[in-house]
Amino acid sequence: MPPVAAPEAGFPWIVLAILLPLAGMVAALPLGRHARALALLLIPAGLVVALLLAAQVWREGEVTYALGGWTPPLGIALRADGFSAVMVVTTAVVLLGVALFAQSSFRAPPGEETRAALLFWALLLGLWGALNAAFLGNDLFNLYVALELLTLAAVPMASLEARAETLAAALRYLFFALAGSVLYLLGAVLLYGAYGTLDITLLAERAGPEPVTWAAAALMTAGLLAKTALFPLHLWLPPAHAGAPAAASAVLSALVVKASFFLVLRLWFDALPGVMTAAAGQLLAALGAGAILFGSVLALHQVRMKLLVAYSTVAQLGYLFLMVPLAGGGGAAQPWDAGAWSGGVLHAVSHAFAKAAMFLAAGLFLRAAGHDRIAELRGMGAALPMVTLAFGLAGLSLLGLPPSGGFIAKWLLLTTAMASGQWWWALVMFAGGLLAAGYVFRALTPLLARTETPVLPGRPVPRHQQWAVLGLALCSVALGVAPLMPFALLQVGRPEAAEEGIG
Amino acid sequence: MRGALLPLLVLATSLVPAVVIFFLSEHAWRTRTAINIAGAVGKLALVAYMLDSVAAGAEYELRFPLVPGLDFLLRVDALALLFVTLSAALWLLTTIYAIAYLGEGPHQSRFFGFFSLCVAATTGIALSGSLITFFIFYELLTLSTWPLVVHRGDGESFAAGRKYLAYTLGGSTSLLLGIVWLEGLVGPIEFTRHGTLAGLDSATLGICFLLLVGGLAVKAAIVPLHAWLPAAMVAPAPVSALLHAVAVVKAGAFGILRVVLDVFGIGLVQAEGLGVPLAAMASLTILYGSLRALAQDDIKRRLAFSTVSQVSYITLGVALAGPVAAVGGLVHLVHQGLMKITLFFCAGALAETLHIHKVGEMDGAGRRMPLTMLAFSIAALGMIGVPPVAGFVSKWYLGVGGLQAGQVWVIFVLAGSSLLNAAYFLPLVYRAWFVPPPGERAGGWTPLLAREGHWGLVLPPVATAAVALAAGLFAAVALSPLGWARLIVARDYGL
Repeated sequence: MPPVAAPEAGFPWIVLAILLPLAGMVAALPLGRHARALALLLIPAGLVVALLLAAQVWREGEVTYALGGWTPPLGIALRADGFSAVMVVTTAVVLLGVALFAQSSFRAPPGEETRAALLFWALLLGLWGALNAAFLGNDLFNLYVALELLTLAAVPMASLEARAETLAAALRYLFFALAGSVLYLLGAVLLYGAYGTLDITLLAERAGPEPVTWAAAALMTAGLLAKTALFPLHLWLPPAHAGAPAAASAVLSALVVKASFFLVLRLWFDALPGVMTAAAGQLLAALGAGAILFGSVLALHQVRMKLLVAYSTVAQLGYLFLMVPLAGGGGAAQPWDAGAWSGGVLHAVSHAFAKAAMFLAAGLFLRAAGHDRIAELRGMGAALPMVTLAFGLAGLSLLGLPPSGGFIAKWLLLTTAMASGQWWWALVMFAGGLLAAGYVFRALTPLLARTETPVLPGRPVPRHQQWAVLGLALCSVALGVAPLMPFALLQVGRPEAAEEGIG
Repeated sequence: MRGALLPLLVLATSLVPAVVIFFLSEHAWRTRTAINIAGAVGKLALVAYMLDSVAAGAEYELRFPLVPGLDFLLRVDALALLFVTLSAALWLLTTIYAIAYLGEGPHQSRFFGFFSLCVAATTGIALSGSLITFFIFYELLTLSTWPLVVHRGDGESFAAGRKYLAYTLGGSTSLLLGIVWLEGLVGPIEFTRHGTLAGLDSATLGICFLLLVGGLAVKAAIVPLHAWLPAAMVAPAPVSALLHAVAVVKAGAFGILRVVLDVFGIGLVQAEGLGVPLAAMASLTILYGSLRALAQDDIKRRLAFSTVSQVSYITLGVALAGPVAAVGGLVHLVHQGLMKITLFFCAGALAETLHIHKVGEMDGAGRRMPLTMLAFSIAALGMIGVPPVAGFVSKWYLGVGGLQAGQVWVIFVLAGSSLLNAAYFLPLVYRAWFVPPPGERAGGWTPLLAREGHWGLVLPPVATAAVALAAGLFAAVALSPLGWARLIVARDYGL
């Protein structure tokens, strides 16, 4: 537990973390081709802000900020606990990797059309602002706005290539996301009607286990699950994520779906902690288990690499929901809660790095070979060794094998599953790990195949893109070697900051 | 306890080369070779230093928390050093061999990168002080061997690679389940804290033992979990040496040693009656492997089944649970490594230089490659258990240990296996020395070395054969493998 000093009004990094990207988005629109330069300037700055915010949370404990000085229920509050700080930093790091990767693919040389370039960078900044708003908001309506902005940025991102099938996929995405928003809003309205506030901290005090709360929680959860693409609401995800340009897929798969997952946890653990029943937690985990098994099996059968990676996202999102019953969702506090909580969040973070790396790697294979049919990528490993290595390292985290963040996360979830007597979730995780091994190695196998003549990339792949991919993959590995710091940070603001874990 | 730096340094001597080599250009042959050899020699020097001080009673430890309640722990004790010394010495020789063997072949940076990573993983396995640290390196080994198994990049290699992964990842799952289960009950398990499991009930202990040993048995190639090993023979010869002698099967056997000796403890294993079934499985494997070896016409496949059989001596020794048998098992970890790597080096050299792959093609090989075949013959005789080669010492201790533990049937297993060993090794030796080469009349001796292959293919097997011979001849010396195994057992049993 980091030392908690008396809360004093530190610099409001929390506001800057939201304002910086949103201001960037607005400024980018009139800039045209120069939007890229602005984004490349803002993203490293945003990382610094994120790190400063995390340091502030680390030093001072939970950071809250009442906008305009109006405290809830009159005003709207922002709040950063350890979990939000970790997510904000993760977002900034992934975006930095993606921006480095994209800076050459989304640039408009003088005299060329600027639409795609402008759109990409403006959307990226908007997305970033929406993500941070979702991670830092403490008001359910505020969070609704963040979710809407996220949808409005993410859907065009999925259809940047403007082909018929990507447009269809984006439309389907839009449909699911809007339906999710409506459900979420309905739930929020019910809560507001019953308790007269949407502030999370106040709700936690006021809301009790009664039908209206249950109805509201069910509606909001269903809406968030649709946006998270949890099985069986995952149908929109694979075509949308696989059809986007690599840099966009990376952001969508690594970060965007995590925002709605984050809100599920906020809702269940922070806003309505006393409301959830054990059965509801088990149901959520059961859906997660379905996602793991179903997504992995489908990933095994994909012919195209990007779709394989997308289905793997469906599967990996399932692990996140296993943490709900394990971390004590719908039950009394248990000694293993901290372990499960950290395991789940660590999984979300390491998956973000790994999946971003994997989508970018798939994009580079696609660029080099002109297609992404797995069986026909023979010998690409020799042509792009660094990218192949990155793909393998990212795969490590997805398999949950050491040394990787995925392993530590899975270890924590497994030990808590066994310690709490819920061994069936452990079996699901083991099965998921084996299936993941199946699809990761199926993708790696042709890459390493020896060909008669050396394969040359059809289009040259810039060095800096390869480094960006490898850097992100190494982040997911590094989390397995040194997860301690994020682990301690994660406990800030948790009700039972039992740091010993279990054992 | 002192010197947290030393275990880290030993690990770094192969981890750093691995990372550097990955980023070397394919053509940087000299740099790559220099880094490889420097790492291997450096590691050997560190190991020699530690041997000396651990014999005097020192122990080194490095510990840092991964997450609260989960420590990463490296510890140098006598058992760890037994394995580290073996892998460090054989790594140096295998590297020399591999450089000569691969010559100008493609993908060398990838090959040597993963090769060093494998050795780093093996070192980590040896030095692990807790189950979770062991598991981390055990998995690293699985993953870093796969690219080596599929190195040739053809259909057959990938089929073997798939089989390898299917078996080993299945094994890891069982292993991890066992670890998670046990640690969920008693907290983190370290190899020094004996007796932590004493309070558990028999059923849990039995199931966890089955999960742990069953998972480890995959790499240790205990029947019926052995099928990946013969399939993996498609890999290049240095990789086979690595799989069979330096790293993979040894990691499995070493894991079983740790589980029996340091996790459960001999006393608990005996009290729960877990040792006898394990000894029975090991014996079954010993006989089954030998029988299958007899039926193989391909030399490398014959050697592979011979490994299946021989590695189980290690398990047998420790499962019998008496101090003498344990010495036999421990010492065989080293002896089998020395002898089997010799055989694989020779088989690779025969295939490279004379294109001999089948038993029937061995005629006259001794006259064409006398040094190689001399090494081969010594190792083969050692495998059979002929004195004074090292294998005899192992079998002697195992036999006496079996009697001491009251398991007389062990003698028959050992005798039967020795007969079978003779039946499948002697024809090779006989053909090599006493049958004239095809197309050449008997008696046409040519000068030594004239037809041997590259020196890098000859020196390693000759060296390992010489060490195997010396390990048998000078078994009574304190720093011989036998002396060291006795030291471990004396410390472990508190004798």
